Amino acid sequence: MNGGAFQRVMFAVYIAIFFLYLLGPLAVMAISAFNTPQYPQVWPIEGLTLDWFGLLLADADMMYGLQTSVWIGLLVVCISVPTGLAGAIVMTQIQSRLRSTYYLIVVSPVLTPGIIIGISTVVFWRQFTTDTGTRFLYDGIALTVLGQSSFISAYCMLIILARLQRFDRVQEEAALDLGASYPQVFRHILLPFLKPALASAAVLAFLSSFENYNTTTFSILSDKTLTTVLAGRVRQGTTPSISALAVLIVGVTILAAIAYEIWKRRADAAAARRQRAALAAEEAELAGEPVPA
Amino acid sequence: MSGPGGLTLVLGLPLAVALIFFALSAYERRTGLISGPGFFQRNGLAVGLYLVIAVGFWAFFVIVLPQLAMVEMSFRPKLPPSQMGGPKDIYTLENYRYFLFGSTTSTASWNWLHIKAFFLTIAVSIAITLLNFAICYPIAFHMAQSASVGRLRILLLLLILPYWVNEILRAFAFRVLLSSGGVINQALMGAGLTAEPIDFLAADVGLYMGLSYAYLLMMVFPLYNAIESLDKNQIEAARDLGAPWWHIHAFIVMPHAKPGIASGCTLVFMLCAGALAAPLVLGGPRTLWFTPIVYDRFYQAFNWPQGAAYAFILLMTCIAFVLLVLKAFRLSLGEITR
Repeated sequence: MNGGAFQRVMFAVYIAIFFLYLLGPLAVMAISAFNTPQYPQVWPIEGLTLDWFGLLLADADMMYGLQTSVWIGLLVVCISVPTGLAGAIVMTQIQSRLRSTYYLIVVSPVLTPGIIIGISTVVFWRQFTTDTGTRFLYDGIALTVLGQSSFISAYCMLIILARLQRFDRVQEEAALDLGASYPQVFRHILLPFLKPALASAAVLAFLSSFENYNTTTFSILSDKTLTTVLAGRVRQGTTPSISALAVLIVGVTILAAIAYEIWKRRADAAAARRQRAALAAEEAELAGEPVPA
Repeated sequence: MSGPGGLTLVLGLPLAVALIFFALSAYERRTGLISGPGFFQRNGLAVGLYLVIAVGFWAFFVIVLPQLAMVEMSFRPKLPPSQMGGPKDIYTLENYRYFLFGSTTSTASWNWLHIKAFFLTIAVSIAITLLNFAICYPIAFHMAQSASVGRLRILLLLLILPYWVNEILRAFAFRVLLSSGGVINQALMGAGLTAEPIDFLAADVGLYMGLSYAYLLMMVFPLYNAIESLDKNQIEAARDLGAPWWHIHAFIVMPHAKPGIASGCTLVFMLCAGALAAPLVLGGPRTLWFTPIVYDRFYQAFNWPQGAAYAFILLMTCIAFVLLVLKAFRLSLGEITR
C-alpha cells in the first residue's frame, strides 16, 4: 500500500499548510502585541512588554467605539431575533404561491453586499425622516441598527426555520384539544421548542453585528463603532496596540467558548441524572403496584 | 422619492401589498384551495399582529423600500438642497454615463479608471472564489467523510477561531505579515532568495491573499454540510467497483454537494466583490478595487446619486452572478441558502 501511504503524507502536508495559512497570520499578530518595537514586529524579539495593552485601554476613541458597538449589538439582537422568528413562522404559514416571492425578498439581504445595504439604508431614511419631519431619528446608531438588522434578521430566520421544520404539529393539536388557547400554544409549546435555535440566533446576531464593518461604515454617519475606529487607526499607520486588541478579542472568545463547554457538559450531566432518576422512580412505581388493566 | 408623492408610495406600497395578500387568501378560501383556520384564528390576535407588523416592517422598511430608494436616487442629478424638486430635478442617466465616459470636462473618451477597477474586481473575485474552492474542498471532504468525532471537533474549533477576530484585524494581520520588514520578507531575505524586500502590498498580493483568507470559512462550511449528507456507502460502492479517486469526486461527491458548492461560491464571490475592509487596509494608493470608489463617491465627492448608481451597478453584477451560478448548477435559490 505504498500509494496509500503517499496519499496520507500528502494529505498531512496539505492540512499543515492549510492551518499554517489559517492561523499563521494570527500568531504573527499575537507575537507582535508583546514585542517592544513601535511598528508591529515579530522578529527579532527585542523585549517583552504589556505597554501596548495599556495604550489600548487608554485610547478614548477605541473605548467609546467599543461601547457603541456593544449597544448596537444588543439592540440588533433585540430586533433581529423576534423579527427572524416572525419571518420563520410566516414562512411556514404563507400561501404556497406567495412563498417563493416572500422567500426571495427576505433572503435577499444575505446575498446583497454589505455596503449596498448600508447605502440604501442611509439614502432611504434620510429622505423618509426629512419628509415626515422626524429628522431626529436620522441618527448613526439608529440607522446602523436598522441596516444590520436587515441581513442579521435573515440569518436568524434561517437558523430558526431549520428548527421549525422539525416541529411536530401534533404537539400543537394535542395542546389545542386539551383546551389551550392559541397564544398559550405559542408561549408554552412553540417558544420552548425553539429555545435552542433562538439562543444560537441571538449569539450569532450579536457577533455579526459586533464585527460588521461594510454596512456600519456607511450607516454610522458621524458616530463611531469599534470597527470604524479600528479602520481609521489601521489606515493612519499601525501600532502594536491594534495587535493587542486582536489578542484580547481572541482571548475573551476562547474563555467564553471554554465556559460554554463546561456549562453545557454540566447541563447535559444534570439532564442525564434527572432522566435516570425519573426512570428509576417509574420502575419503582411499576414494581410496587401493578398497572391497572 | 422626495416630496409628498414619495411619501404616499412609501406608506401606500405596504398597505397595497397587505390588501392583495388578504384578498388572495380570501379568494383561495372561497375556492377551497386552502382549508383550516385563518391566519389570525390560527395564531391568535396578539401573535398574529406581532407577525404581521414584524415581517411587514422588516420586508418593506428595512429591505425593499431602501433598495428602491437607492435605485431611484441613482437616476437623479446631484443638486443643492435649494433646487431639489425644482425644474432641474428630473430623471437622468447622467450617473451611469459618468461611470462609462467620465466627467464631461475630461478629454479621455472612456472612464478607464472606474471601468478597469470594476472589471478587475469582478475577475479577481471570480479567481479568488475558484481558488478558495480548490483550497477548501479537500479539508471539507476530510471533515465530512473520514475524520473521527474528536478530530472533527478540533478541526472545527481551529477553523472557527480566526473568525472571532474581525475583518479589519484579519487584514491587519496580513499587513504585519507581508510588510517590507515583515516575517515573510525576512524569511525570503534570510534564505537568500531576494536581496531587497519585496513590496507585496503595492503589488496587491497582500490584498488578494487577505481576501482569500477572509472568506475561507464561507466556503468550508457550505461544502462540509453538503458533503456530510452523502452516504458513505456510495463511495465504498464506487471504490469496490474500481472507480479511481478522481472519478469518485467528479461523479459522486461533487454532484451530491452541488448546492453546497453553489452556495459557497456565491457567498465568497459576493463578499469579495463587496469587500471594503481588506482593500482599505491592504490596498496601496494605486490599488484598483471597486468598493473604495463607491465609498469615495459618498464621503469624498459627496455625490450621493452617483454613489447610488455605482452601488446599483455592483448589486446588479452580484445578482447576475447568483443567477448564473444557479443556472449553471440547475438549482433553485432555496437550495443554496440553507
